[in-house]
Amino acid sequence: MNMKLGKLGASETDKLRHMNSFGRKNAITYGFVIVVGAILMALNATGGLSSMMRGMLVPICAYVVMAISLNLTVGIMGELSLGHAGFMSVGAFTGTAAAISLQNLIPQAGLRLFIALLVGAIFGAIFGFLIGIPVLRLKGDYLAIVTLAFGEIIKSIFNNLFVGLDSRGFHFSLLSDKTNLEPDGKLIIGGPMGIGGIQKISTFLAGLILILVALFLVFHFINSRQGRAVMAIRDNRIAAESVGIPVFRYKMTAFTLSAAIAGAAGTLFAMNYSTIVANKFDFNTSILILVFVVLGGQGNLLGGIIAAAALTILPEALRQFSDYRMLVYAIVLILVMLATNNATFRDKLGKCGRKIKSIFGGKAREKEETANV
Amino acid sequence: MALLGYIINGISLGSVYAIIALGYTMVYGIAKMLNFAHGDVIMVGGYICFYAVFSFELPWPVGVLLAVIVCTVLGIVIERLAYKPLRAAPSLAVLITAIGMSYFLQNAALLLFSSNPKVFPNFFTVTRADGTVKNGFELFGGQLKVAYVTVITIVCCLVIMLALMLFTSKTKTGKAMRACSEDKGAAQLMGINVNATISTTFAIGSALAAIAGVLLCSAYPMLMPTTGSMPGIKAFTAAVFGGIGSIPGAFLGGLLLGVVEIFAKAYISTQMSDAVVFAILIIVLLVKPAGLLGKQIREKV
Repeated sequence: MNMKLGKLGASETDKLRHMNSFGRKNAITYGFVIVVGAILMALNATGGLSSMMRGMLVPICAYVVMAISLNLTVGIMGELSLGHAGFMSVGAFTGTAAAISLQNLIPQAGLRLFIALLVGAIFGAIFGFLIGIPVLRLKGDYLAIVTLAFGEIIKSIFNNLFVGLDSRGFHFSLLSDKTNLEPDGKLIIGGPMGIGGIQKISTFLAGLILILVALFLVFHFINSRQGRAVMAIRDNRIAAESVGIPVFRYKMTAFTLSAAIAGAAGTLFAMNYSTIVANKFDFNTSILILVFVVLGGQGNLLGGIIAAAALTILPEALRQFSDYRMLVYAIVLILVMLATNNATFRDKLGKCGRKIKSIFGGKAREKEETANV
Repeated sequence: MALLGYIINGISLGSVYAIIALGYTMVYGIAKMLNFAHGDVIMVGGYICFYAVFSFELPWPVGVLLAVIVCTVLGIVIERLAYKPLRAAPSLAVLITAIGMSYFLQNAALLLFSSNPKVFPNFFTVTRADGTVKNGFELFGGQLKVAYVTVITIVCCLVIMLALMLFTSKTKTGKAMRACSEDKGAAQLMGINVNATISTTFAIGSALAAIAGVLLCSAYPMLMPTTGSMPGIKAFTAAVFGGIGSIPGAFLGGLLLGVVEIFAKAYISTQMSDAVVFAILIIVLLVKPAGLLGKQIREKV
């Protein structure tokens, strides 16, 4: 008995030490989000932000949450998802539809947004679970192509779905508007027209809170027994399987959580615009989010957050180059990938940088060097 | 008779997918990377051919040849600049670079050729003695109309597939390709120049993309900077459908995908056709997880 207790104690301290190194990293991430968020809120309140930045605060939050969500799938679970915008779409449509349905029942915008986010997350989780059943049985590129396929299917369905609400309840129809609403009814989802007349109740504060909640969920998951199991599966599936880790179940938990977070992000994103259409969440959006994750470093949540914010602002900041901005974006993307993954390229880049420095600030550095001597 | 028409159209569309998928599958087989820029090479091929024929008034076979040459060079340049430095990098990094390349090509095309859709001419017409232009022939006493471009696409695809199979099984370069796709390290030890082989593969893939571009634009005559992206994704799907890395698999996958798409458009709904195509892909992958003709590689424990 004593021995057992002693052993437990040792493993507990081990765990604590482990948690501490994790904890510091987590604290930095939380701190970064809170500090940057507070600065932006203060700037926003005092009118220190340009109108472009003000309009982008909520989308940045939504993309940051998406980056956190996809990081769970790609970074922690190690599976490539090319259809993550599909979950965002599910959250956007269900959450917004819930908010519109509840418009008269719940006049408080904050509470309504909360319920909408919850609905988005729940439907995201349901879709994640259902899609996970076939997807997680596959491996590698085959898994990736099936997530792509589901993303396209979700887009097609929302592009052709009509949902109306009247005194008799909800009415659904596919392909064409056959909802036959009562005169007091209202068409909520109008097929290719999407959802119109949305009250813009998303706020930057709500976005920040959602980021923190998503961070909390993912960090908690990573440090839990399940998270460690999922990472063990990522590092060596066969070894994990042979020590009795149920691969499918743990992967499913991670995938469902990831989809739920993506759903909430979709709701937040949609409630920032007056209309939302399914084509907004296409393959390119999925890829955009994947770029955030890979650029920020797979499995590194802080990196993903910074990359999401920076790459959402970059195309807007490059607006002065008008037509050239997406070209510049593409070149920056390729150069960053080359710089982070190729040693010789990095050396060359470093040499170029030093040369430029020596041309402009050569004398200053010489002085510095002599001073140092 | 309508059914036969749909099948012929489906096979024709499927042939275009198959030609693109052949390029995808060869590059994947040897470099183990998803070349997302492949779809945009199709678009470049279309534009080169369009401008060669319209602005420089060259005869269309010269235009096609020019498109093939430009795309081949483009493929090699892309490989050298963007993919070769990343040989040792993780596959996701290469994937993102390929996506960056795809954005680059699309936006470069947007700047060079503007976003206005160009109406691509149909080259495959016959001018009769009385001056009327015929773009197809009729079967069964006019019940079934078949465009020349449909037949030419199918024939092209068959010829390319057979040529590629002969090339990879008989020639030295082809054998080197297969060796590289099996095991790069061992191939290098046997004296195969791996880098040159990969470059050749990209060259062949891009040349095929150019041909696919001309055929695609002849059948669906709208040419825009984003023309290549959706067929690119579909062809990628087709390659996986048939078992990625397998040449007959890409051919079969492409044909089936084309037929399914045309049937879904005709009998289910035009808007939902993509959903049907992808749903069938999912079902096939669940039954055969490595695609129709893919090799099921047993894991070593």
